Amino acid sequence: MSGRGFNKPSRSLRLYSLIFLFVLYVPVLFLPLFSFNDSIYVKFPLTGFTFEWYGELFEREPVWNALMNSLKVGISVSVLSTVMGIFAAKAITRYRFPGRGPAVGFIMLPLVVPLIIFGVALLVLFSRMGVSLSLYTVAMGHLIVCLPFSVATLIPRFEGFDKSVEEASSDLGENAFWTFWRVTLPMVFPGVVASLILTFTVSFDEFIMAFFLSGSEPTLPMYIWGQLRFPKEFPSILALSSIIIAVSFLLIFISQWINRGAHVTSVKGD
Amino acid sequence: MTQNAFISVRNIDKHFGAFQAVNGASIDIGHGEFFSLLGPSGCGKTTLLRMLAGFEAPSSGEILIDGQPMTDVPPNLRPVNMVFQNYAIFPHLSVRDNIAYGLRKQKLSREKRYEMVDEMLDLIKLPGYGERRSHELSGGQRQRIALARALILRPKVLLLDEPLGALDKQLREQMQLELRALQQTVGITFVFVTHDQEEALTLSDRIAVMSGGHVLQIDTPRGLYEAPNSRKVASFIGTMNFFDAQVLGAEGGHFVVETQGLGKLRVPSAGRNLAPGDKVEVAIRPEKLTLSDHKPDQSDGAVSGELENAAYLGERSHYFVRLPGVEQPVAVSAQNSEGATSQVNANTHTWLNWSESAIVLIGKE
Repeated sequence: MSGRGFNKPSRSLRLYSLIFLFVLYVPVLFLPLFSFNDSIYVKFPLTGFTFEWYGELFEREPVWNALMNSLKVGISVSVLSTVMGIFAAKAITRYRFPGRGPAVGFIMLPLVVPLIIFGVALLVLFSRMGVSLSLYTVAMGHLIVCLPFSVATLIPRFEGFDKSVEEASSDLGENAFWTFWRVTLPMVFPGVVASLILTFTVSFDEFIMAFFLSGSEPTLPMYIWGQLRFPKEFPSILALSSIIIAVSFLLIFISQWINRGAHVTSVKGD
Repeated sequence: MTQNAFISVRNIDKHFGAFQAVNGASIDIGHGEFFSLLGPSGCGKTTLLRMLAGFEAPSSGEILIDGQPMTDVPPNLRPVNMVFQNYAIFPHLSVRDNIAYGLRKQKLSREKRYEMVDEMLDLIKLPGYGERRSHELSGGQRQRIALARALILRPKVLLLDEPLGALDKQLREQMQLELRALQQTVGITFVFVTHDQEEALTLSDRIAVMSGGHVLQIDTPRGLYEAPNSRKVASFIGTMNFFDAQVLGAEGGHFVVETQGLGKLRVPSAGRNLAPGDKVEVAIRPEKLTLSDHKPDQSDGAVSGELENAAYLGERSHYFVRLPGVEQPVAVSAQNSEGATSQVNANTHTWLNWSESAIVLIGKE
């Protein structure tokens, strides 16, 4: 024991984690691989290298329309859910009020309840109310999906700083609004940016809610779903999916990097 | 002081659920006074300070500052500023922006603002620190920034919540002197919370001793030390020897009491109303007692006892003398000045001497 050192990583666990990551990501890596293959059939052996499928994407108007739809929904959902998340996280961490525990539970619930249930429920509700399906209804569905991500990202930020700095601000003459603007918001800002990026990514990639709630304007995942029926289109779909994977990965990586040390930097204050 | 009280705390109660943090506290603080709230942790001193700042609302009672009732005034509109226990420096702002934080509403030009900040930095002896960030500062520097940030607003009252608690001993003593000097320079009323009795005695004009939510006594440091009104106050501030006693009678402004251990004594009545037969306690400070080898010729009182223990502490020595019929050994403290060090050995016979004016009468609790 003493020769090996207690903190040395175990070899078998390291092997396990390598296998784990392999199994998790190799299937996904087939998408970019075949998207560069010079054949409309997804099978080995690869026949040649081409950018043709990517080039074709740029000439398709429906792809651009779907992208714009997804961007519209994604940006408005990320802004809305982050704003709501800020208020929720502030209330949850700063105030003791009856029903605080259940409130947190209800906000987090969409993470564990199958989205198909939320999707069907909203669809029934909207049709009963006579609301026609559009990007607005998709956005409302996505708001439910995204809010837990916002709150979960922001709560550690709010918990990470001492509430006496907010008291100091009010002691120095600022009311609640200015205290929020001058102290609270700047201190949780990395969390806000992380939440914006994360919720945008979640909305951008979301399919089930969009499937139930979109009308005639498809989001990008809906467009992909629609094209799967046509074998000829498949390589282009692979190319589109590859782009989405790359961008999502990049955005999540950035948001994690911005929000690193959710506790560390703020605790230094005392 | 009471006629022109600048801060008036009137019969304040504060409950947190079933817990009563402050119980019927009434305090008057004069203008320009350095006033301390002293007590062990959990005695309600910080709660009382936070009620002055407006962060907590009293459950009942009233607080007036400069004649104005503060009940409905939120913290941001009160003429007080606070130095927090952990300083609460804004970590996302530079030192300059921290100090200038409260100036926003005054709509000053940037030049004027910077000029005022630089003046404050000179006052707290940190010139040229404007661009630094809070994580680049030491504890003592943060404490001064917190002071400057509050003082730049020229508050009528500065509240300080154990601001020296986080500093090491040497820095704390230096900051005590600076704080006192600063208070005299700016002439603002200071309300200072501390659990450190020595700190309170050093800094304050007057002190309120608190325990269990009650204000036990309000007096000058000398008054508290020389004439504590209760056993709690007497034992919280310094060391005190207590003796059970019974009143025998009154005699021209004095009571004659029979004590257990010190015999029959005359003690100043200090306005108390006691009848013969009442049980009381008398108390005397260790440094007001002296030891001698034989019965002194001139002394108001003396008893003989057994020297049980002696501890040499450099500038002074502590002795513990056992008296017949007294449970606790009596503490005696003597200065080790030149020539005064008579060699005293443990387990020897000794005489304990005192003068009558050093005896304090304390009501039985």
